[in-house]
Amino acid sequence: MLLEVRDLHVEFHTRDGVVKAVNGVNYSVAEGETLAVLGESGSGKSVTAQAVMGILDMPPGKIAGGEILFKDRDLLKMKKEERRKIRGQEMAMIFQDALSSLNPVLTVGEQLGEMYVVHRGMSRKDAKAKAVELMDRVRIPAARERVGNYPHQFSGGMRQRIMIAMALALEPSLIIADEPTTALDVTVQAQVMDLLAELQRELNMGLILITHDLGVVADVADKIAVMYAGRIVETSPVHDIYKAPAHPYTKGLLASIPRLDQKGQELYAIKGLPPNLLHIPPGCAFNPRCPMAQDVCRTDVPPLYDVAEHRQSACHFWKETLDAR
Amino acid sequence: MHADHSGRKEAREEGEAARTLLSKSRQGNAYAGGEPILEVRDLVKHYPLTQGILIKKQVGAVKAVDGVTFDLGAGETLGVVGESGCGKSTVARLLVHLEQPTAGSIRYKGEDITKLSGRALKAVRRNIQMVFQDPYTSLNPRMTVGDIIGEPYEIHPEVAPKGDRRRKVQDLLDVVGLNPEYINRYPHQFSGGQRQRIGIARGLALNPEIIVADEPVSALDVSVQAQVVNLLDRLQAEFNLSYVFIAHDLSIVRHISDRVGVMYLGRFVEIGTDAEIYDHPTHPYTQALLSAVPVPDPMAREYRERIILHGDVPSPANPPSGCRFRTRCWKAQERCELEVPLLAVPAAFRDTDSPARHPSACHFAEEKRVVPPEGTLEPVPGEGGQEEAADRAAERAEEAPPGAAPEAAPDTAPEAAPDTAPEVPPEGPAGGDEEPPSGSSRVS
Amino acid sequence: MPEQTPDEAISAAGAGAPTDLALAEGDSLEKAPGGPDGTGPDTKPQSLWSDAWRDLRRNPVFIISALIILFLVVISIWPQLIASGDPLDCDLGKAQEGSQSGHPFGYDGQGCDVYTRVVYGARNSVTVGICSTIGVALIGSVLGALAGFFGGWWDAVLSRLTDIFFGIPVVLGGLVFLSVVTSSTVWPVIGFIVLLGWPQIARIARGSVITAKHNDYVQAARALGASNGRMMLRHIAPNAVAPVIVVATIALGTYISLEATLSFLGVGLKPPAVSWGIDISAASQYIRNAPHMLLWPAGALAVTVLAFIMLGDAVRDALDPKLR
Repeated sequence: MLLEVRDLHVEFHTRDGVVKAVNGVNYSVAEGETLAVLGESGSGKSVTAQAVMGILDMPPGKIAGGEILFKDRDLLKMKKEERRKIRGQEMAMIFQDALSSLNPVLTVGEQLGEMYVVHRGMSRKDAKAKAVELMDRVRIPAARERVGNYPHQFSGGMRQRIMIAMALALEPSLIIADEPTTALDVTVQAQVMDLLAELQRELNMGLILITHDLGVVADVADKIAVMYAGRIVETSPVHDIYKAPAHPYTKGLLASIPRLDQKGQELYAIKGLPPNLLHIPPGCAFNPRCPMAQDVCRTDVPPLYDVAEHRQSACHFWKETLDAR
Repeated sequence: MHADHSGRKEAREEGEAARTLLSKSRQGNAYAGGEPILEVRDLVKHYPLTQGILIKKQVGAVKAVDGVTFDLGAGETLGVVGESGCGKSTVARLLVHLEQPTAGSIRYKGEDITKLSGRALKAVRRNIQMVFQDPYTSLNPRMTVGDIIGEPYEIHPEVAPKGDRRRKVQDLLDVVGLNPEYINRYPHQFSGGQRQRIGIARGLALNPEIIVADEPVSALDVSVQAQVVNLLDRLQAEFNLSYVFIAHDLSIVRHISDRVGVMYLGRFVEIGTDAEIYDHPTHPYTQALLSAVPVPDPMAREYRERIILHGDVPSPANPPSGCRFRTRCWKAQERCELEVPLLAVPAAFRDTDSPARHPSACHFAEEKRVVPPEGTLEPVPGEGGQEEAADRAAERAEEAPPGAAPEAAPDTAPEAAPDTAPEVPPEGPAGGDEEPPSGSSRVS
Repeated sequence: MPEQTPDEAISAAGAGAPTDLALAEGDSLEKAPGGPDGTGPDTKPQSLWSDAWRDLRRNPVFIISALIILFLVVISIWPQLIASGDPLDCDLGKAQEGSQSGHPFGYDGQGCDVYTRVVYGARNSVTVGICSTIGVALIGSVLGALAGFFGGWWDAVLSRLTDIFFGIPVVLGGLVFLSVVTSSTVWPVIGFIVLLGWPQIARIARGSVITAKHNDYVQAARALGASNGRMMLRHIAPNAVAPVIVVATIALGTYISLEATLSFLGVGLKPPAVSWGIDISAASQYIRNAPHMLLWPAGALAVTVLAFIMLGDAVRDALDPKLR
């Protein structure tokens, strides 16, 4: 198992109280596998990823418990230096907004080359040649001529490819992509996701894809973890979850998205709003919005029940949810 | 038939008939029928590019909107889709007079509103209102919600007498699904979805007939989008509103629109009813756009056709000659460079009954079904799925356009297709690296 | 057993039932990030200003500086409260004497009581500071806002004007302009400071207005048919005023020290006006023998300027992060 997150808890200590952003998250990614982490704002999906990468702002953030095992070593127990080395070379992250993640005053070639200069001790000339090679690999046309361009001279899709190139430069074992295509147009999104999938296959990397877009997930993922209020509420291989979701939240989400191939009546809408993380409702965090909520939901936090092989659901009534198709 | 005006008159009548049929199928939509409430003709907006410090010389222009023509019927929803830079937001701003057009006309109930100013303009503003995209910047953070929604009444005091205003504001809050007792709160005390509702309430205050919604749900969470879309639907039925719904999310546009127009680089490339556009697109850009939209169904990846466009959108300051889409189109030929295709019903379909008979700006328009028909994507377990997939693939192979002659030499190796579905015989170039920059590839 | 399966809920929604939209919103109003708890209608509405005020109240820097300033303002208006003497009542015979009973700060070069002069000097300093800042803020904000809002020629003219004024060195300009002035009141000094100080605020106001102008809510007001005046006053000004407040508060401190500088150089306030600058100037030659004559006015000046700058700092902290 390439990455295993066990019972992770992350809190933020703010002036108004303790925000429990991540409350006992478990997931794992194997080599060559794509895990999609699905959730809306406030679900904790980005915070978990940032904790794995080690880029959380430590005050006010605080890792309050759990383990993050990368190639069987606990990242949380490592020394800072060691962790930093791993972060640079074996794990990489791709962010949503490529423009603000790239340094505007350095050329693209310099930024790409920097990875090699710093981590592999290459000369600038060699690093630049490597940069051109990388740009070719992510299919940026006329790479040799454009290696001296600045980030703002590229379009959004190209910039995202440059980000991918930077992430891949040192051939990491794990890539975490945090909403990599949300800010992109749909045709560009298709190109970028294709590229990512192809490169993943080539390098046999593990990929954690964080998104809220159920369509992108269906295209790319092998398995899904659905998060709500800092917890995982359902995990499943990708094919099964669309046919038969085992958690009311997943079901609600699937029912509420309009379909390209259907024109229907009123959309199903999950009533209410995502919870305020300062005051997570007792029991199951979804209970105020759940059409199936019973008394037990308001008092007992549901554990992850085993639904089937490789499938789990944190709902007391997962069976009824599954059956009522 | 009468040769001279057969085309236009028939098109109009057919359009109206189609609209009536469709509107009746939407629950509770009181369609007035008759003349369109908004007629936009050849709308143009160029932003000049200047050089020089003291004396500015114009060296070019960003042609954000370059000849847009459409009608909007009373009680109907026209969806406008396109990617960034296509000019749809500019069209929105032109419709509500936040920008002045460089050329063209916008007729509201017969009167050209682009020429108005002063009091006449102010009176017209009451009838065309806008809902903005970003719920976090579209409300003044220093005004209470009551003030925000009540401001239209302060600007147009003839709509509501002073004593009545508070009650009207509370009614509006109720109509959009918010507790009227929150009238004294500030925007930052609400969530994104609620703020968007406040923005909608503000848009409704003056009882407009037309609402231009510029990406009203793009910035919201998925579960909240459904709530707001439902609200817009309901309000349309209740108040007989006409919407111009601008978005880049094709699924939502289909859900809410009666007719849809696809924009590319400042022009409409195709326009028709939602069934016509989504199920029978004829313009290559529309087809590419539809094929790129991810569908929440993992079976789709096995037998859905993907058209990948290559290259970037050209700059609106320097659009390609002739057909603007030709630099990325797999069908492009010499004619496309020389002759601008008109947005009209393609000759091939003019005399047929097919739903492909809607205006499309392509010299080589042909119908190509990209979105699988409703119900196709119901996942079928095990081997049965493979056979069905094979059948469908064979169908598509027959449907595939015979006349398209791509410029680049066909490269026979398609991209690694998943194991189950048999390959559709590769027709065009596939893969990316050896591509000439102005091509596109089709992946099955 | 669950009461209603999700599918029943879905079909209920599909049939056009209004679902619980209104109720749901009412029940689960999301709490404001910095606001009081509560989900019902009894949660108080909370403007951004009140948020900022709350932050300010808790900031020790603000409390300290506010107290000092309050004290200074009080003794500016009523110096008699803590100084019983007359600053101009001087006895040459006691020149340069150190502190004695009844005269804690000693005597200056003319035999005047340093303590009394320090207390009375506060009045002029505070007056100059506050009046200059008000003048600068008014003129600068209005001109800057007009330039930012209308752009075009307004902006071009104003920007070149501010460039010109920025180019004038302040102290040198003071020497030139004020040396022709014979009056010994504060008004010429205030006038001069306003004359050279408005460009700084104008520039800030201009930038702030330009930023605020592009916000969607301003566009929304325009789409509703709002007049320019309404947009400026109701929408742009309240949202653009924060940086101006911050800079003006900090500038206040610098104006006070500028007045002292000009008085030190002999072109600001002149005797018989009482000013710390004048006293510092007179005492500077005696710093070896009678340092108390210099130290007390200088100390008072430093504390005053510091208090205002600290206030400006605290205000900036309270306003900045909130008011994007």
